[in-house]
Amino acid sequence: MNLHLQWTWFHRLGSPRWFYQKTQRWLPWLSFIMLSLLVAGLVWGLAYAPPDAKQGNSFRIIYVHVPASVVALAGYYLMAIAGAVGLIWRIKLSYMLMRSAAPIGAALTFIALVTGAIWGKPTWGAYWVWDARITSMLILLFLYIGVMALRHTYSSHEAADKASAILGLVGMVNVPIIYKSVDWWQTLHQPATIKFTGAPSMHPDMFMPLVVMIVGFYAFYAVSLILFTRAEILRREYRASWVKQLVTDKLAEK
Amino acid sequence: MYNYLSGGFSAYLYRDLLLGIRNKTDLVKPLIFFLLISALVPLAIAPEAERLAQLAPGIIWILAVLATLLSVERLFSDDLQDGSLEQMLLSPNMLILPILGKIAAHWLMIGLPLTLLSPLIGIWFSLPVVAVIPMILSLALGTAVLSLIGAVGAALTLPRQGGVLLALLVMPLYMPVLIFGSATIQSAVDGLDWTAPLAILAAFLAIAIALCPLAINAGLRLAKNG
Repeated sequence: MNLHLQWTWFHRLGSPRWFYQKTQRWLPWLSFIMLSLLVAGLVWGLAYAPPDAKQGNSFRIIYVHVPASVVALAGYYLMAIAGAVGLIWRIKLSYMLMRSAAPIGAALTFIALVTGAIWGKPTWGAYWVWDARITSMLILLFLYIGVMALRHTYSSHEAADKASAILGLVGMVNVPIIYKSVDWWQTLHQPATIKFTGAPSMHPDMFMPLVVMIVGFYAFYAVSLILFTRAEILRREYRASWVKQLVTDKLAEK
Repeated sequence: MYNYLSGGFSAYLYRDLLLGIRNKTDLVKPLIFFLLISALVPLAIAPEAERLAQLAPGIIWILAVLATLLSVERLFSDDLQDGSLEQMLLSPNMLILPILGKIAAHWLMIGLPLTLLSPLIGIWFSLPVVAVIPMILSLALGTAVLSLIGAVGAALTLPRQGGVLLALLVMPLYMPVLIFGSATIQSAVDGLDWTAPLAILAAFLAIAIALCPLAINAGLRLAKNG
């Protein structure tokens, strides 16, 4: 009895309808938090943070580049864990989250790569360097694209979800191995010519806006994930009576 | 309760080897590919022994990856077409050992011949003699990992039968094997200790043997239903 009570929240969480209605209320708040963090972080980072001693103003791209990379990597784990939850408890909603997480993560990885290339030109004199982190991000992009592409192999949603979840899990085991391998490979082939300023050694005046931007990007990720998932819920549940009701209500409003 | 793990390894190993030997063209294709592309490399780059020797560890490993990728696509698709995959999936148990049997057969027919052929490529590319043994060992271990990971991709893409999608899924996962495989040869060429990267390859193999069959089992069951 007690056990049953404890787990009801978990099952309610798995209901697409519950998610859709709850997020309706969360979204304005989350969007407000996201916007204020991003605006504050950008203005602080781009206008008020002091220029870097060596790189001058070009270092300021860090305020987009680092948050995008951090969230892209975390997003892969979120996607894989959502897939695992779907496989284990057969929760429809978590498959929908997984599916929505893939394109967002791929886009963030892409942003991280592009901003990295733009940053690389003034800093290292080349758009592309086979640095360990860049290479790992490139592989991460391929992993994301793989999860997105695998869907089209299957004709049914259910099988496609499970296959993507399995691939996500295989990838999750591999991501640390890939990161370590690439690190090792890089130290083998190139002397450490490229040194990033590690976070703790950054001056707080530069570091604090970065923290604000990272939190802001997480909020942005949450908002996009919710929006994508809501669209996915409507797409998949269009036969459900509550979705039909929703559509008739919307039409009546007009 | 029936033992989940027992049985099927040697039966599937024997069956797949027999099928392979009777369809020799499928067996020979990846090997010919391996040799042909190796012959193209000096033509495309330069026939200078020094430069080729520098590139050899990387090229040999890239070719091994491509040859495995070419052949792994067929691992389950023939079985799907002639219905024997469905027979295999009728079993309510995890198919760990049948799957490992099939992959062992694949390695014996693709990975092992590639490994045995590699000294020839080594001679073509003027690879130093000290690097031959490390090359053979790294290919022997590494191609087994490639077969296992490739089989995961082949199982997941079974409904559409692989192609570019299979390459897309599998290539990122091949990256660590490629790095440590070519590093083994490179370390031997440079006179460094080559047992360390080889040991890591062996560790990859141990992890892959333990985990890949689980994913393959799940993927095959999906492919049958989806």
